[in-house]
Amino acid sequence: MRLVVIGNGMAGARLVDEVRARDKDARVTVFGAETRAPYNRVLLSNVLAGTAAPDHVRLPEPAAGVSVRLGVTVTAIDRAARTVRTACGQVEPYDVLVLATGSEPFLPPVPGVEHAIAFRTMDDCVRILRRAGTAEAAVVIGGGLLGVEAARGLAGRGMPVTLLHLAGHLMDRQLDAEAGLVLGEALAGLGVTVRTGADVTAVRADGVELGGGELLPAGLVVLACGVRPVVGLAREAGLAVDRGVVVDDRLRTSDPAVYAIGECAQHDGRVYGLVAPAWEQAVVVADLVTGADPAARYRGSRLVTRLKARSVELAAMGETHLTEDAAGQVEVVRFTHRARGIYRKLVIRDDRLVGAILLGEAPTVGTLTQLFDRGGPLPGDPAGLLFPGLSAATPADSPVRMPDSARVCECNNVTKGRIRACWEDGARDLAAVTARTRATTGCGSCRDAVEGIIGWLCEQEEVHA
Amino acid sequence: MPISHSPPAAVMAPAHLGEATHCPYCALQCGMNVRRDGDGAITITPRDDVPANAGALCQKGWTAGALLTGDARLTTPLARADRAARLEPVGYDEALDQVADRLRDLRERYGPDAVAVFGGGGLTNEKAYQLGKFARVALGTSQIDYNGRFCMSSAAAAAGRAFGLDRGLPFPITDIAAAEVVLMAGGNVAETMPPFMRHLKNTLIVVDPRETRTARQAALHLKITPGTDLALALGLLHIALTEGHADLGYIAARTAGFDAVRASVATWWPERAERVTGVPAAAMRRAVELLGGARTAMILTGRGAEQHAKGADTVTGFINLALALGLPGRPGSGYGCVTGQGNGQGGREHGQKADQLPGYRRIDDPAARAHVAGVWGVDPADLPGPGRSAYELLDALGTPGGPRALLVFGSNPVVSAPRARHIAGRLAALDLLVVADVVLSETAALADVVLPVTQWAEEHGTMTNLEGRVLLRRRAVDPPPGVRGDLAVMAGLAARLGHGAKFSADPGIVFDELRRASAGGPADYSGITYERIAAETGVFWPAPAGGHPGTPRPFLDRFPTPDGRARFVPVGHRPPAEEVDDDYPYYLTTGRVLAQYQSGAQTRRIAALNEAAPETFVEMHPDLAARLGVTVGDPVRITSRRGSTEAAARVTPAIRHDTVFMPFHWEGANHLTNPALDPLSRMPEFKVCAVHLARGGPAAGPGRERAA
Repeated sequence: MRLVVIGNGMAGARLVDEVRARDKDARVTVFGAETRAPYNRVLLSNVLAGTAAPDHVRLPEPAAGVSVRLGVTVTAIDRAARTVRTACGQVEPYDVLVLATGSEPFLPPVPGVEHAIAFRTMDDCVRILRRAGTAEAAVVIGGGLLGVEAARGLAGRGMPVTLLHLAGHLMDRQLDAEAGLVLGEALAGLGVTVRTGADVTAVRADGVELGGGELLPAGLVVLACGVRPVVGLAREAGLAVDRGVVVDDRLRTSDPAVYAIGECAQHDGRVYGLVAPAWEQAVVVADLVTGADPAARYRGSRLVTRLKARSVELAAMGETHLTEDAAGQVEVVRFTHRARGIYRKLVIRDDRLVGAILLGEAPTVGTLTQLFDRGGPLPGDPAGLLFPGLSAATPADSPVRMPDSARVCECNNVTKGRIRACWEDGARDLAAVTARTRATTGCGSCRDAVEGIIGWLCEQEEVHA
Repeated sequence: MPISHSPPAAVMAPAHLGEATHCPYCALQCGMNVRRDGDGAITITPRDDVPANAGALCQKGWTAGALLTGDARLTTPLARADRAARLEPVGYDEALDQVADRLRDLRERYGPDAVAVFGGGGLTNEKAYQLGKFARVALGTSQIDYNGRFCMSSAAAAAGRAFGLDRGLPFPITDIAAAEVVLMAGGNVAETMPPFMRHLKNTLIVVDPRETRTARQAALHLKITPGTDLALALGLLHIALTEGHADLGYIAARTAGFDAVRASVATWWPERAERVTGVPAAAMRRAVELLGGARTAMILTGRGAEQHAKGADTVTGFINLALALGLPGRPGSGYGCVTGQGNGQGGREHGQKADQLPGYRRIDDPAARAHVAGVWGVDPADLPGPGRSAYELLDALGTPGGPRALLVFGSNPVVSAPRARHIAGRLAALDLLVVADVVLSETAALADVVLPVTQWAEEHGTMTNLEGRVLLRRRAVDPPPGVRGDLAVMAGLAARLGHGAKFSADPGIVFDELRRASAGGPADYSGITYERIAAETGVFWPAPAGGHPGTPRPFLDRFPTPDGRARFVPVGHRPPAEEVDDDYPYYLTTGRVLAQYQSGAQTRRIAALNEAAPETFVEMHPDLAARLGVTVGDPVRITSRRGSTEAAARVTPAIRHDTVFMPFHWEGANHLTNPALDPLSRMPEFKVCAVHLARGGPAAGPGRERAA
């Protein structure tokens, strides 16, 4: 099988790994428009923030035998001949073609947008960092996931940052209004000035103009206004294209020899902008094209958005915008503590978690994510899912108040009653109780408890004497 | 080679009884004095000269004397005329004759591999060594493995690949107190070896799906989804690298292969690991901050991380983390495996493993074969090659091409093997099952011939504890009349099979031979004598002959790899062999309780221990119990794709909502477990499988409502 992959990003590189893991003899050619070896785009925010060096986010080298053409752009697909043609005129035949062309930044149609740097690739990241070295202030346009991460990262480098967002609250696709507000407050505490409802009318070399004529001076303007799928090749090749390249449950396009995965693909009406769905899709395509699992199908992904920004914990999943309905089919559990940057919301339908927002410290984030992913039934009282201590039993009572049947020394199965009996039999200190019961001779952790009981028994005796 | 061939008579003569010995149970091998008083009662007191326990004992140790006096003790061989007949007492020589005749017959008819041997991690070094020799020389079979394969084989494989040597703790146990931070992945030492807790004096991080007694004493508990320890290790390493905790000087000076591992964990950012493991990214960051910020730190793994179909890679993931932090080979720091069985360490060094020869040599290494064949006085070409691993061996019994006879020493696979009902069926399909044991275990009860043998305080021998410290087990009391040592059983059978001159019943003579056989191997015991162990309260291997002081910390200057560097090995996470689904929606994980040990063959016969832990149970979260409609003590039916069993509910918020726990000391838990094997270590996946749960008991189901 000759497999050609167009796109060497997170989706394409993962597909190649998955295919090679199943079929060591598969002939694989990958075309990557970027000249860099594939890197972990998810971690670009960390590079921007300075918590990861550029060469620390490289993806693993592809297996030997995979032909990787870096910096080579594919310009045309000839579906009849089953070949692709590159910018330098090279023609590569395929049996199976996978489009993993990803997406490109959306550039708002405002004058001077060329003065801004879109935040998408490692090269973008390097340019932003270069300019951050000299700029006195930065403006980030777009308060979605990536914009928030970029603003937080730049603020962490010590520069004043203003984050502009057109909608009424930050990350409005993932968060409800109150969560957006709490997030803004958290960012403010970290040196990011947040302006929502901000209408950018122009970008200039020295800053950003807002509706109403206000100028925000900035030597660095970063664009994070969303992305759109790269579908030009597919469209020109005559494949069905809507917002993305339309694929079925096998991730096949309208041509059964051509697949599409990742941010360029549209499955069941949805185009995903996160890496997890792209990787799930890569697994399915690898199963199918190698024959490892001909029954493999992609049924859509549950989305969990996790902000990667130092000192800001945020997880958002599912249908976070739902509110209680009249029929009582949707339940919402909410807790807010703005002073500490905490906002927690669960959206429950039919005893299942269908959405959640966890902002600020959230010890149950792992549990909730898994409940959401698996669609498992929730406990009777969901409060324990927001406050893990609540569902737990009351902590062990003080040894003094515990019942006689309570085991004090686990290692030697010694109850409080036995210690009391020894004491009544004349064992009045730890050594004497230990000699008779062996309490404290195992792990030793019950020593304080045993001493406490002996001390209490002695006190009681004095009281009653 | 300057090794004395004369047995050190003063130490090992049977007439000389010594009180100072070690506990019969776990790998901590607590020192204890065992004395039989005039009235026959046994008195046990802890020794304070043994660093592992320093005067401490758990309830198992304190009550071990009952093993020596209990009614359950086998004192006469048993045999049955055919499978339908009952086991009847028989004379020892008659029993051995019968076994030897049938072995000879099966070998003649089906070839040497028709006879298999199954050993145990509780056997002394002498027995483990002689058992391997007995299989290869007296029986000529390649079919030998042991229950240690079910224990720490994954850690052994991973440590061997990273460090060039597998010694559970490559430092004395007392070094643990010098570690400012200890991360324990999948170990519940507060229950499994309580005195170990005395060494955990500083900040403790525990990785476990349950809030175990150990986890309750931890500063940080990572309550992980069963089967995802490897994803956690990858996530922790990712954080260590991106947050600047990597010790680049150490990595450059002492390791190889870092770049490939760094690239391989780039895709395991903590939020991804969180979604897989259920451990919050913030908790992972905290763990790495603690480990990376400490001057000294240790990473330890137990069965929880190891007993998986990816156990070797999981341990490798934790070793990679330890190497990146610059821990192994530094005083007060390092990676270690907390070995489980009493002689789990020594038992994996001297040749009862399918792929191994004494001295931790490989059976497929021509130089190793030549050396060992020389000691044994046989032609290297006559030594069999590698045989089947434990589960594969048990699974092949009585099948076409599989063994038709099995000799079991110190193991109870009917209770302890995964998919145990199937294994009981394989045992039933044998032409001959012979079990040497102290009591009539569940496996012995199925045997054609049962041979009663001596146990811990009735015999001499050496045990190598979890530190790699070789200890002296002393004969403190006389065995009951009518029982023989395992060595004598092997020697007796070998004599009947025409190899009598090569086998001894005397542990001192066997140890002397073990020393020569191990000389020059990774686990070199040639400089260790009974006298030395007695004088030094244990000797750390490797200890070559010629005045070598022994090796408490083998990695201080270099690793025993060809270039002296430890190896980073890239590993990838994959899900458990069996994931939960609509039909089997909960995870089952298994483990131990304090008052029982292994398959319970010993401990379930001691009244005080049964009082503390009388029966099996299934531990579950209150939410899950409510969903099933059960409360504490109610019967619950637990069903996997391999079998079904019932246990009483134990309800506690200390366990995850999606997971139940069962102890494996009783028959039942292993009817459910999954024999999916690790490709490298051949470890079965004991620690995670998918189960269905329902209210159990005779009154279960619709009829119960009517009856109520």
